[in-house]
Amino acid sequence: MTATTLPPVVGAEPAPPASARHSVDFTPRYWLFAAPAVVVIAAVIVFPWIFTLYMSGHDWKIGGGPEFVGLQNYAELFRDSRFLESMGHTLYFTVLAVVLPILFGTAAALVFHRDFPLRGLLRTIFVMPMMATPVAIALVWTMMFHPQLGVLNYLLSLVGIGPQEWVYAPGTVIPTLVMVEVWHWTPLVMLIVLGGLAGLPSEPYESARIDGASDWQMFRHITLPLVWPFIMVAVVIRTIDALKAFDTIFVITQGGPGTASETLNIFLYLQAFQFYKIGYASAVVVIFFAIVILLSLLLLYARQKSKWNA
Amino acid sequence: MRRLLKKAGFYLSVLVLVSPAILVFLWMLSLSFKNELDNTAFPPVFIPNPPVLSNYLDVFAKNNFALYLWNSVLVTGGAVLIGLLVGVPAGYGIARGKAAKFAILILIARMTPALSYLIPLFLLFQMIGLVGSITALVITHLVITIPIIVWIMIGYFENVPLELEQAARIDGATTWQAFRYVALPLAKPGIVIGGILAFIFSWNNFIFSVVLGGKNSRTLPSAVYNSLTFEQISWGPLAAAALLVTLPVLLVTVVAQRQIVAGLSAGGLKDG
Repeated sequence: MTATTLPPVVGAEPAPPASARHSVDFTPRYWLFAAPAVVVIAAVIVFPWIFTLYMSGHDWKIGGGPEFVGLQNYAELFRDSRFLESMGHTLYFTVLAVVLPILFGTAAALVFHRDFPLRGLLRTIFVMPMMATPVAIALVWTMMFHPQLGVLNYLLSLVGIGPQEWVYAPGTVIPTLVMVEVWHWTPLVMLIVLGGLAGLPSEPYESARIDGASDWQMFRHITLPLVWPFIMVAVVIRTIDALKAFDTIFVITQGGPGTASETLNIFLYLQAFQFYKIGYASAVVVIFFAIVILLSLLLLYARQKSKWNA
Repeated sequence: MRRLLKKAGFYLSVLVLVSPAILVFLWMLSLSFKNELDNTAFPPVFIPNPPVLSNYLDVFAKNNFALYLWNSVLVTGGAVLIGLLVGVPAGYGIARGKAAKFAILILIARMTPALSYLIPLFLLFQMIGLVGSITALVITHLVITIPIIVWIMIGYFENVPLELEQAARIDGATTWQAFRYVALPLAKPGIVIGGILAFIFSWNNFIFSVVLGGKNSRTLPSAVYNSLTFEQISWGPLAAAALLVTLPVLLVTVVAQRQIVAGLSAGGLKDG
């Protein structure tokens, strides 16, 4: 790393011309900087990927040995109604947990883009849920959801709404978990869109105002098209994050009641660490991985295509 | 009049936006300072009267909280430190070597669910007898810290003008010296941001410790979760423990708000 091909500058030798400084042998040495990371990443990230692929082709229980079964795990998965149901739950959860934070986060960004007293403090408060430890917050929500003693049902009763069952009924458990997810991650959408708003030019607004445009028209025809790429970035990040949601669901319901809130992630965890079906769970990981990669490619592609025509 | 109404509407929307965050945090605070009687009262008691510290004392006395706190410090501290040592030079190498493919690998690693690393790593640690050790947790947390640090450092080193390093090279500096004395000091804000975000995501991680942590090597989030399953409703100590777990992260958020915002908009994704 310390060896250099550049001659030591002795005396009044002129500096080599610019083209010589860009000589090819610059590149290989930069790899040395990444070498330790390459080793670690190979061990803790790439090795698990490959090993998972290998395991997914085997019938493998913790404690026992692997037995090669080819694609049988995958075939079995698509006959497993519990797996298919968990796919449905994941889809339901993900759609809600993307759309709602995008709507609220964009609205919040428009609000925090304006100047008002205490803005800095209020923005800090607004951003805090995103950083808070999900497990800790999930415990507080669990106490708030308590059907008899929970504070949420009390607050609803103040405005004349009857007690809800929250996470204790199959019909309301997923929307309730979405609510927690929205609470956690709306701030991230807000920050991304706020970043977009910060870069907006002011001229279009001035001329639109002279032309008598309303606030809504200015939002719809100037602001929205300009921040659209940022919203799409937020959609990509939210989608991937919603698919990965685990901590809060696991702590609050563990997939229950019954299997009503068992998402792909929870299903995967239970197969691996409760039923010890390593091969089977690995096949879920591979499918999961494929969905995440496919979705992010699709959405990134959509983002490039959607050059919003106002 | 119309103006006034508009203004009132605006402040109302601000209130609506921040109230969910305020409600949850204040309720957590309220639960942690009330005695068991008030915590299970209906209608709920909002302001602890008188506020009691017994929940906090309970957390430390009954639950081995100090041990788990120390575990969390070791695991997160170790993973962030190694992450910086390995990740900062890597970010430099990738940015300068224009290793786009390696950068994409890092991005995919950031998007992959943490859970998917767990099965192979669990088997591996089982084979070499590391399950239940702090070492296993530190190694696993590298899955979180390295990608985020590398990703952020790539962005920062790309913004350091190459001419400065070239000038140093002409003056006889080695590549290492150009990195160490020219590029590194200029990318310092990136190191701070990468370190902070890696700290937060590693500290908050739950699932690795649930599976790989032993009775004495658990980190705080999984230790608090475990106390939930063993005790019946004792909301006060639970809320106090939850608050203590998330407090360091919230303090860092308040102190370093500006840097965190910059880091996240520079392309950081969350982990999970």
